[in-house]
Amino acid sequence: MKTALENIKSTAAEAIGSCDDPKALDALRVRFLGKKGELTAILKQMGKLSAEERPVMGQLANEVRAAIESAITEKAAVLKEKQLAEQLRAERIDVTMPGKRQVLGKPHPLTLVMDEVKEIFLGMGFDVVSGPEVELDHYNFEMLNMPKDHPARDTQDTFYINDNVVLRTQTSPVQVRTMETRRPPIRVISPGRVYRSDAIDATHSPLFHQIEGLVVDRGVTMADLKGTLEIFVKRLYGEDSVVRFRPHHFPFTEPSAELDVMCFNCHGKGCRLCKGEGWIEILGCGMVHPTVLKNCNIDPEEYSGFAFGMGLERIVMRRFNIDDLRLFFENDQRFLDQF
Amino acid sequence: MDLSMRWLSEFVEIDTDAHTFAEDMTMSGSKVEGYQTEAAEVSNVVVGKVLSIVPHENSDHLVICQVEVGKESPVQIVTGATNVVEGALVPVALDGATLPGGVKIKKGKLRGVVSEGMLCSLGELGLTTHDFPYAIEDGIFLIEEECQIGQDIHDAIRLNDTCVEFEITPNRPDCLSVIGLAREAAVTYKKPLRLHEPVVKGSGGDISEYLRVTVENPVLCPRYTAKAVKNVRVKPSPLWMRERLRASGVRPINNLVDITNYVMLEYGQPLHAFDAKYVEGGHIIVRNAHEGEVIETLDGVERKLNSSMLVISDPQKAVAIAGVMGGENSAIMDDTNTVIFESANFLGSSVRVTARGVGLRTDSSARFEKGLDPKNTYKAVMRACELVELLDAGEVVDGIIDVDNSPKEPTVIRFEPEWINRFLGIEVPTEEMVDILTQLGFTVEGDQITVPSFRGDVEHKADIAEEIARFYGYDKIPVTAIRGVAKAQLTPIQKFERTIHQTLQANGCYEVMTYSFISPKYYDKIGLPESSPLRDSVVISNPLGEDTSVMRTTTLPSMLEVLSRNYNNRNASFFGYEIGNEYIKKEGQELPDENAQVTIGLYGDCDFYTLKGMVETLLERLHVKTFDIRPETEHPTFHPGRCAVLFLNDVRIGILGEVHPTVLQSYGIGTKAYLAKLDVNALFSLADPVVEYRPLPKFPATTRDLSLVCNEELPIIEIEKTIRASAGSHLEDVKLFDVYQGAQIEAGKKSVSYSMVLRSAESTLTDAEADAAVKRVLKALEKMDVVLRA
Repeated sequence: MKTALENIKSTAAEAIGSCDDPKALDALRVRFLGKKGELTAILKQMGKLSAEERPVMGQLANEVRAAIESAITEKAAVLKEKQLAEQLRAERIDVTMPGKRQVLGKPHPLTLVMDEVKEIFLGMGFDVVSGPEVELDHYNFEMLNMPKDHPARDTQDTFYINDNVVLRTQTSPVQVRTMETRRPPIRVISPGRVYRSDAIDATHSPLFHQIEGLVVDRGVTMADLKGTLEIFVKRLYGEDSVVRFRPHHFPFTEPSAELDVMCFNCHGKGCRLCKGEGWIEILGCGMVHPTVLKNCNIDPEEYSGFAFGMGLERIVMRRFNIDDLRLFFENDQRFLDQF
Repeated sequence: MDLSMRWLSEFVEIDTDAHTFAEDMTMSGSKVEGYQTEAAEVSNVVVGKVLSIVPHENSDHLVICQVEVGKESPVQIVTGATNVVEGALVPVALDGATLPGGVKIKKGKLRGVVSEGMLCSLGELGLTTHDFPYAIEDGIFLIEEECQIGQDIHDAIRLNDTCVEFEITPNRPDCLSVIGLAREAAVTYKKPLRLHEPVVKGSGGDISEYLRVTVENPVLCPRYTAKAVKNVRVKPSPLWMRERLRASGVRPINNLVDITNYVMLEYGQPLHAFDAKYVEGGHIIVRNAHEGEVIETLDGVERKLNSSMLVISDPQKAVAIAGVMGGENSAIMDDTNTVIFESANFLGSSVRVTARGVGLRTDSSARFEKGLDPKNTYKAVMRACELVELLDAGEVVDGIIDVDNSPKEPTVIRFEPEWINRFLGIEVPTEEMVDILTQLGFTVEGDQITVPSFRGDVEHKADIAEEIARFYGYDKIPVTAIRGVAKAQLTPIQKFERTIHQTLQANGCYEVMTYSFISPKYYDKIGLPESSPLRDSVVISNPLGEDTSVMRTTTLPSMLEVLSRNYNNRNASFFGYEIGNEYIKKEGQELPDENAQVTIGLYGDCDFYTLKGMVETLLERLHVKTFDIRPETEHPTFHPGRCAVLFLNDVRIGILGEVHPTVLQSYGIGTKAYLAKLDVNALFSLADPVVEYRPLPKFPATTRDLSLVCNEELPIIEIEKTIRASAGSHLEDVKLFDVYQGAQIEAGKKSVSYSMVLRSAESTLTDAEADAAVKRVLKALEKMDVVLRA
C-alpha cells in the first residue's frame, strides 16, 4: 500500500508537472483526488490494514493528498498566469497607430492673444468695455482734442459715413464714452475693431484690432503709467523684457510716450527684425490731456489719468512670426489650425 | 527731416558720434529713424595731380597717366577718359579702393601696361552734376575745389557729412528746421545755442517801386512779408551750400532756388521766389480763388481751384497757390532780372485742405499745414537776402513789404513746479525746470511762463510738464503701481460670449474673423430680393473699393466667403464660426444698431442635423431652455426644404439650414454647405442661467418603446410635443431612436420609434402605472392620426 501511495504521488507529480492546460489539470484533480479517484480507491482499502499500520498509512495518504493538492494549486496558478500572459500578448495592438479624435475647433490667433492681454489687465483691475464701431466724429476725434481741421487727422485715414459719422479709427471713443458715464476711479481697457483706409497688403488692413486702456483717478502720475505698462509688457513678453519709454506726440495725451521693448532677437544691437534700431515699438501712451478730461466733465485740477493703445495684429504677428496680415482675415483652415 | 550734422554744428557744438546723438535725441523727443555718413562706401580714394599723359602703345583710345598722389613716387594709371589734362586734380581710386555699389579697384594690367588704380568720374563716386555743376557727366571729375594732393576725397570735396533722419511729429513744425533741431540738441546736451541775426547791406532803391501787396483774407494769410532782388545773376551755388542741400536730401538747382530751399531748411519757413515782371501792375493780391479758377503749377500740371482756396494773385491772374506751389506763369527763368522773395504765413488748416483738394503735397505745404510761427517770416526773408549778397546772386532792394495781421499776444501759462512734480511722479528742483524752459526759448518770470511764438503746441501746464519730462529724462521717471482697489471682472454678456466660443470650439468649429464691410453685390450673391430692407446698408462715403464699401446688414455673405475660400483651397471639410456684428440702420438714430451674431458655417463631413445638433448643444450650454423650431421655406439663402428658424417665447432668435444650391453656385462651393446665425443679445436676454440641483433618483426607471406610424408630412417634433404633454408627471425623457420609410410601411406614411423613460421620485413605478402613461400617450397621438405600428 505504501508503494501504491508513493506511486500515486510520483505519477501525480509527473502528470501535473507536464500538464499545460487548465482543463487537463482539472481532469487530473478528478483522476487523483476525486470521489472515484485513484487516491480514494486506495484509501478504500484502509480497512484491510492492521491497527498499527492504519494511522501510519493514514498519515502518509494525507501527505500524498496534500502534496497533490498543493501541486495542482500551484500549477493552476502558473497556468492562469500563463493564460493571462497569452491573452495580453494576443491583445497587443500597435500603439503607434493614430488615436481616435474628436474634431476640435480653435480660437482665432487674434482672439488667443487678445484674451491673454485682457487677462493681464483684468488681473490689474481693468474692466473690459466696448462701444460702437460706427461712431460719431464727435467721439472719435473732437472730444479727443482733434477738431475738424486738426493735422493729426491726416495720420489716421478715416472712412466717413457722412460728415458726422465715421468708422472709428481707434477705440479711444470708447474711453470718452466711459468717462461720460462712469465717474473716477476709472480703470478700463477697450479692445475692438478699428478702421483706417489703408489698402490691403501684407502689413496693412483697412480693419484691424486695437486695445486701448484708460486710468483716471486722483493723483495718478506718469510714474504710475510707467509702472502699469512695464508690468503689462513683462507679463506679455516675459519678465526679462527690457522696456523704454520715449517721448512722442498724441493729440489726446500730454506728455505722450511710445513704449519700446528691446529687440528679443539682437538685444538692442540692431538687426533685421527691429530694422536696425535695437528696439521694437509696442504701444503709444501718455497722460490724458486736460482738455480731454474737461470735455468729459472731469475736472483736470482734481483728477489725472493715463491712457495707452496698441495694435493687436502686430503683437500677434511678432508672437507667431506671421509675415502677412491678410492671413488673419482669409481664415484658411490650414492657417487657423496652427494656433 | 534730414539733418546735416555739419549744418547743425554751425548752431550747436555736438561732440558725440552719430549713434549716440541719434539715441540721445530720440530719448529727448526727436525720434531718429536712422543716420548715414555720406559716401560711406567710398574708401581709399584720394586727390591726385596728373603729371603727364602719354599714349598707350597698344591702344588708340587709352592713355597712360603719371599721377602724383602724395606718395614718394607717382602712380601710373591707364584711363580711357578724354577730358584729362596735365596738371588737373582728379579723384584717384588707389589699389584696394572701394566705390558705391560694392565696386573694388585692384592694381592690374590694361593691354600689357600696369595700372595702379582708376581715375573716377562723378558717377563713380555716387555724385551728379547737380552736386558739382562745373564737372561733366561722362568724363573724369576734374576737381576745382581747394584741396591738397593726396588728401582723402571725402575731405577734399567735403563729401564727409553725416545725415540724420528725424521723424518729426505734427505738433512740432518748428523742428522741421536746422535751427529747431539745434535748439532741441542744445537743451539735450546743455550746450549753448548759437543763433545768427541776418544782416543785409542793401543796394538802394525801394521795394515799393516794384511791388505792393493787398491781403484780402487776413485770416488765411496772417502775415505776408516780401523783399525784392534786382539784377539777379542765376548761376550754381557754392560748394558749401550745395553740399548742405545734398546732405539734407535736396537737389541743388541754381543759386536763387537753392537759397529758398536753404532758408526753408534752416528756418523752417517756406519761401517762394517769383519773377517780378510777370506780376501784372506790380500788385500782389492775396485772395480766395474763384470757383473753378485754373492755375498751371510749376510742375506743369493744371490745377482746378475752388473758393475755399487761397491764391497769390495779380489783378489779372493767380500766380501761386498759397503755401502749396508757385505758378508756371511767374517762374524764374534765365532772363529773370528782378525776383520777389515771398515769406508769408498761411493758416495751417487752410493749406492742409487746399493741398489735399488739389492733390499736391509739397515740402512747403507739409510745413504750413502744421501751423508755422508768423514771427519767422521776417527773419527768413532777411536771411535769404543776406545769402543773395553772400553768393553775389543779385542786388537786394531796400525796404520790405510786411502785411502783418498775426496775433501778437503770446501764450502765458502759470508755472506750477509742485504740480508738475506730482503729475509726473518726480522731484525736479524748480531751478532745473527754469533752466530747461529758458533754454527751450520760454521766458519764466515768477509764476508766469511766456511761450515762444514758435511753440504753438504749448498751451497748458501739462505741455510744460512734457517739456520738463523730456529733458529730465523719461527713463529717470520712477516706476510705481496705481493706488486704489482693483475690482474688475468680466460682465455677464462677456462671460456669455466666452461660453459661445468654448462650446463651438469643443464642437469642432474654428473661430474666423471677417471684415465688417462687404460689397453691396454680396446681397445678390445670397439671393436677397431687391425689396429686402437688408439692402439698406450704412454706406462708406470714401471706400477703398466696392468690395469693402458698405457695412454688412447680415453676416451670411462673410461666412459664405470663408467657406468658399476653404473649399477652393481644397480643404476637405471646414467648420467655422464667428461672433461679429451686423450694422442695421434705425430710423431716427444717427448711428446704426450693431447686433452681435454668432454665425456658424459648415461643409464636408456633416449634414443638416450636424449643424442642428451643434446649435442645440450651444443653446443647452447657454441655458437657453425652451426654444421652438419651425420650418422656414422663404429665406432666399437657404434650401426651402432644409431650413428652420428658432423661436424663443415667440421671439425669432436665429436661423439654420442648408445653403440654397443657387447660392452655393454663386460662391463656387461644389458641395453642400450649412449656415446658422443666432442673435447673441437675444439669446443672452432669454437665457436662464439659474441652475437648481435636483437629487439623483432613488428608484429605477421604467422604459417603454413606442413604434408609431404617421403621415410622412407630420413634423416629428409634433409627436414629441404630444408625448411630453400627455404622458403625465412620471415622464422623465423621450428619445427618438428610429425613423423609417420603406417596404413594410404604407406609402405616404413613416414609422417613428420613441423610447419613453418613466420614473417616480417616490417609489418604483409599477407596470400598471407605466402602461397607463403609454395609454394616455397613444390616446393623444391618435387624435393626430399617429397610431401604433401593427
